[in-house]
Amino acid sequence: MIRFDRVFKRYPNGREALSELSFELATGEMTFLTGHSGAGKSTVLRLIALLERPTRGQVIVNGRNTGSLRSGAIPAFRRQIGVVFQDHRLLDDRPVYDNVALPLAIAGVPRREMDKRVRAALDQVGLLGKERALPLELSAGEQQRVGIARAVITKPPVLIADEPTGNLDPDLALEVMNLFQRFNAVGVTVMVATHDVHLLDRFPVRRIRIEQGRIANPPYVAA
Amino acid sequence: MSLPEELRNVRPAGPRTLGGAASTWFERHAQTLVGSLGRLARQPLATTLTIAVIGIALALPVALYLVVANARAVTAGLGDTVQLSVYLRLPTTAEQARKVARAIKARDEVGESVLVSPDEGLAEFRALSGIGEALKALAENPLPWVVKLRPAEGRDSAAAVEALAADLRKLPEVELVQADTAWVRRLHAILDALRQIVVLAAAVLALGVLAIVGNTIRLEINGRRAEIEVTKLVGGSDAFVRRPFLYSGFWQGLAGGLLAVALIGVGLAILEAPVARVAAAYGAAFALSGLAAREYLAVIGGGAILGLLGAWLAAAYHLRRIEPRA
Repeated sequence: MIRFDRVFKRYPNGREALSELSFELATGEMTFLTGHSGAGKSTVLRLIALLERPTRGQVIVNGRNTGSLRSGAIPAFRRQIGVVFQDHRLLDDRPVYDNVALPLAIAGVPRREMDKRVRAALDQVGLLGKERALPLELSAGEQQRVGIARAVITKPPVLIADEPTGNLDPDLALEVMNLFQRFNAVGVTVMVATHDVHLLDRFPVRRIRIEQGRIANPPYVAA
Repeated sequence: MSLPEELRNVRPAGPRTLGGAASTWFERHAQTLVGSLGRLARQPLATTLTIAVIGIALALPVALYLVVANARAVTAGLGDTVQLSVYLRLPTTAEQARKVARAIKARDEVGESVLVSPDEGLAEFRALSGIGEALKALAENPLPWVVKLRPAEGRDSAAAVEALAADLRKLPEVELVQADTAWVRRLHAILDALRQIVVLAAAVLALGVLAIVGNTIRLEINGRRAEIEVTKLVGGSDAFVRRPFLYSGFWQGLAGGLLAVALIGVGLAILEAPVARVAAAYGAAFALSGLAAREYLAVIGGGAILGLLGAWLAAAYHLRRIEPRA
C-alpha cells in the first residue's frame, strides 16, 4: 500500500530530512513511525500525503508514484488518504458538522447522505450530538477526535497521523490510539508517527524507527 | 470491535447515476451561491463600499454615453450639410423674389436652392415652434421671402461658403444671409470624439472594476487562508476552493450593475424636469431618453461578468500561492 524506495529528501533551505529511506507497508497493516523530533517522521508523512515530493527515489502510495503525479491529480490523490494532525487543523469558526463534512462536500456527496455519514463518523469517535458545537468549545481530546472523524469520513484506504496524541494526557491518548486500531481492524492501512514511548508499549504493532533520515531498526513486527 | 456500515466501505464517495450527479452538481453550486451571499452579508460595510465603487464605475461611462446620445438626438434634425438662408428685404413682391432666386440659382457656387414664400415660411414656423396660437394673433405675415440653398458639390468649404455669403449680401434685394450651420458639423465632430471617449472610459473603468473586485477577493482569500489550506489538505481541488470566491465576485459585480442602473435612473429622473423646461423654452418637443431595457440588462450583466472575471483572476493568482503546510 505504501512503499518508500531509497527516498532522499532535501528541503529548499538545504536541510536533508531523509536519505536512502526504504520501507514497505502492506495493505491493512498498522505501523508506528518513531524517532526523535527532527528525525524525519513528519517528512515521511508529508511525502505520503503528497505535501512534498521526494528529491530522489520513489514514494508509491496505493499504486501511484507520487513523484510523477500531475499537480491536477493531487486533490484526487489526497482524497484517498486520511490525515490526522497533532494540532488537528480544524476550522475554529465552523461547527463540528461542517468540519467533519468538508471532505464529503469536496467529493460532492448529497446532503442527505452527508448527514448520515457525519453522524456515523461522530458516533464512531464518541462525539454524537456535538454537531453544532464549535471546536473551541470542545476539550483537546474531543477536538482531536473531530479531526479523526474528518480523516476517516471518506473511508480512505490509508490513514496517517502525525503525533496525534502529542497534546493529550495518557488516558485520552490511549482512547485516540484505540480508535486508530479500530479503523485498522476493518482494513485501513494506518501509520502513526509518535514519540510517546508509553503508548508504544501498549500496542504490539510494527514499528519503524527513523534516525537522522534513515531506518534505525530492521523492520519487524512485534508479537 | 466493528465499524458501522457507513464507515466500513472503502469505496470512494460520490453520486452513482448521471441524474444524481447532475442534481448533486446543482445542489453544490446552489449551496456555494447562497453561502457566498451570506458571507457578503456578514460584512455589510466592506461589501457596501465595494458595490458602491463598482456601481459608480459602471454608471460613469453609461452617463457619458447618454449625454452623447441625447446631444445627438437634439441636433440630428439640423443635418450635416451647410445650408444658407438668404432673407430678402421687405417688402418684396413675388415677381421680384423669383427673379432674385433665379439669379442665385444660376451661380456656379450654388447647388440646389429653393424659394420659400412668407406663407410657406409661416406654416413651417407654426409647425416647428409650437407657438402657433400666438402667431394667429398677428394681423399680417411678418415673414420675408427666403431663398434656401446649399453650396454646389466641392464648394462647401468654410472659406467658400463665407465668400458666397459675402457676395449674396451685396445684392440690393437681400436683407440678411445666414450661413453659419458649420457649428452643427463641429458639434457632431465633438460628439463623435466624445463617443470614442465613452468607449475609452468604459474600458478604463472596466479595468478599474476588475481591480476593485480582485482586491476584495484577495482580502477575502487572506481572511480565509486557514480554511483554504485545510480544504486543499483534505483533497479540495482548485476548482472547489475557487468556487466560493467566483460567486462572491459575481454577486458584487451584479449588485454593482444594479446600483449603476439605479444611479442612472435617479439621474434621469432628476434631470427630466429641467431638461423639459429648457426644451419648452426653445419650443422643442424633446424628452431626455434613457437606455433601452436591453441596454440596462447589458449594464447589469456586464457588471456580473466583470465581477466574475475579476474574482477569477485574483483567485487564480492568489490561491496558487496557498499550499497546505503540515
